[in-house]
Amino acid sequence: MKILGFIIQKEFKQIFRNKGMLPIIFIMPFIQLIILSNAATFDIKNIKFSYIDNDHTSFSRALINKFEASKYFHVLTDFPSEQLANSAMLNGDVDIILEIPNHFERDLQKEKHINLRVTINAIDGAAAGVESVYINQIIKSYNKDIGLKLMQPNDLQITALNIETIPSFWYNKTLNYKTFMVPGILVLLVTMITLFLSGMNIVREKEIGTLEQINVTPIKKSQFIIGKLFPFWVIGLGLLSIGLLIAKVLFDVPIIGNLALMYLYTSIYILVILGIGLFISNFTETQQQAMFISWFFMVIFILMSGLFTPIESMPKWAQMITEFNPIKYFVQVMRMVMLKGSGINDILPQLSKTILFAFIMNGLAIWSYKKTN
Amino acid sequence: MENVIEVNNLTKTFGAFTAVDAISFQVKKGEIFGFLGANGAGKTTAIKMLIGITTPTSGDATIAGFNVYTQTESIKRNIGYMSQKFALYDDLTVKENITFFGGIYGLNRNTIKTKTRELIDELKLEQVTNQLVGSLPLGWKQKISFSVALLHRPKIVFLDEPTGGVDPITRRQFWEMIYKAANQGTTIFVTTHYMDEAEYCDRVCIMVDGQIEALDAPKNLKKTFEVDSMNEVFLKLARR
Repeated sequence: MKILGFIIQKEFKQIFRNKGMLPIIFIMPFIQLIILSNAATFDIKNIKFSYIDNDHTSFSRALINKFEASKYFHVLTDFPSEQLANSAMLNGDVDIILEIPNHFERDLQKEKHINLRVTINAIDGAAAGVESVYINQIIKSYNKDIGLKLMQPNDLQITALNIETIPSFWYNKTLNYKTFMVPGILVLLVTMITLFLSGMNIVREKEIGTLEQINVTPIKKSQFIIGKLFPFWVIGLGLLSIGLLIAKVLFDVPIIGNLALMYLYTSIYILVILGIGLFISNFTETQQQAMFISWFFMVIFILMSGLFTPIESMPKWAQMITEFNPIKYFVQVMRMVMLKGSGINDILPQLSKTILFAFIMNGLAIWSYKKTN
Repeated sequence: MENVIEVNNLTKTFGAFTAVDAISFQVKKGEIFGFLGANGAGKTTAIKMLIGITTPTSGDATIAGFNVYTQTESIKRNIGYMSQKFALYDDLTVKENITFFGGIYGLNRNTIKTKTRELIDELKLEQVTNQLVGSLPLGWKQKISFSVALLHRPKIVFLDEPTGGVDPITRRQFWEMIYKAANQGTTIFVTTHYMDEAEYCDRVCIMVDGQIEALDAPKNLKKTFEVDSMNEVFLKLARR
């Protein structure tokens, strides 16, 4: 215990004396939190909308006006021909081309039925899907308006049969994307900083030769490792605290759940990450190698965490891999506890798996740390 | 006098390469034992086996009565080590380095305080106690490093090329420190490239290609090889 104190004291001194490292630990993550939370949004806005109006009647103008009124669409151009519209699409100047056919008004009045052609840039399939839904909604509403205009006395019963749904959005009433993203990005920050710092820290001692000096002392493996990792554990929890504060104050993200539960889970989670960091440092000789390997894992962990893309829509094999992804559980727990107010029983599956990972990773790390070769 | 180091046919191979080839020797308590050899002769590998950070391939050795295979942690409690790579923390002050290394050898804070005081007086480090070690000249670092290796009063101190790159005056002072420690009963095991330093040792052992080619007091070695200096002894052996 006494020996542990000396190691922890030394580590803290070195961390706070490192002028290059301090800003990375404390400033960078929060700039990221602020920028990413505002930028990493899946709301589709400013869609570049264009149209070819072959009709030029009050009906066609009314339809265009509907799009102009929508906050999602940025109405750009009226193309005189299909060729020009297509080449604009090819250049990436427009995302959507709506073609209003000749005799649009006449046919609508006469036949009460008409097809509109919509061309959507679907390179980003998810965005194209959302755009298609927006367009349909606008046309549906236009339908209703026009229906009223064209209504004749004997049509009365048709309009009366209008079923509508009134959704109520739970846990994120205003469908604010930030409410969804901030807890997840907070997870990233805590993970990245603790993984990189712990991964590089021991390798650094290898590089400068002090690790050999440590290895000829009677210090126990466990003492050295706990002493090394404890400061980063504290820093990780510190980052969580500042991050939660920013989430609350700056983004007004609701924190419904129990704070103590969040800290309990995070404190175990950081142990997993520190174990991974230490494990990496045991198998690398330079800080560069450690950094590259950490990045490799980080990228896989992040993209397969459900932070940006839902795990449910991944292929089966990928879903199996995510079972071993600690970030996935952390993202889930943060969202559940922060936004839904889940209690310990709700997060028990995540919690128990994280505890298991903590034992496995730290076991491997201590086992692979060798004082004698 | 009792033997504090006993080595019998100690061997280390890396694949097909034999770095240390069945070396045997004994070192007595309080002796200054010089370990000489050209670069790549196997000195560092040999030292690493003796201090318990490399496991030997075959052979036996006991250090301060402890086995190099099974009791490495007990060995570490009884030895001090100073490597050719400077091994104090550059980003800690002199005082903090002493506190840290004292601490991990299990000394309590009061003992560390008194020891620090003594050490600082002895090395006349008064002005630099609170300076980062990284800002000190190499010679000073080496002296502090040696003192830190002695902090927990080890039975044996292993010095791996302790005076590399240091000026002659500091080297002289360094050897005075070595003599003083030896007089207090500490056994000194030192590797060096400087042949004048070999003359200061009680006995020297010269390694060539992983084997011990000569082992005796410098005076006797010079007589055997019919030369005037250790330098010539070394050249005769290394060129054979």
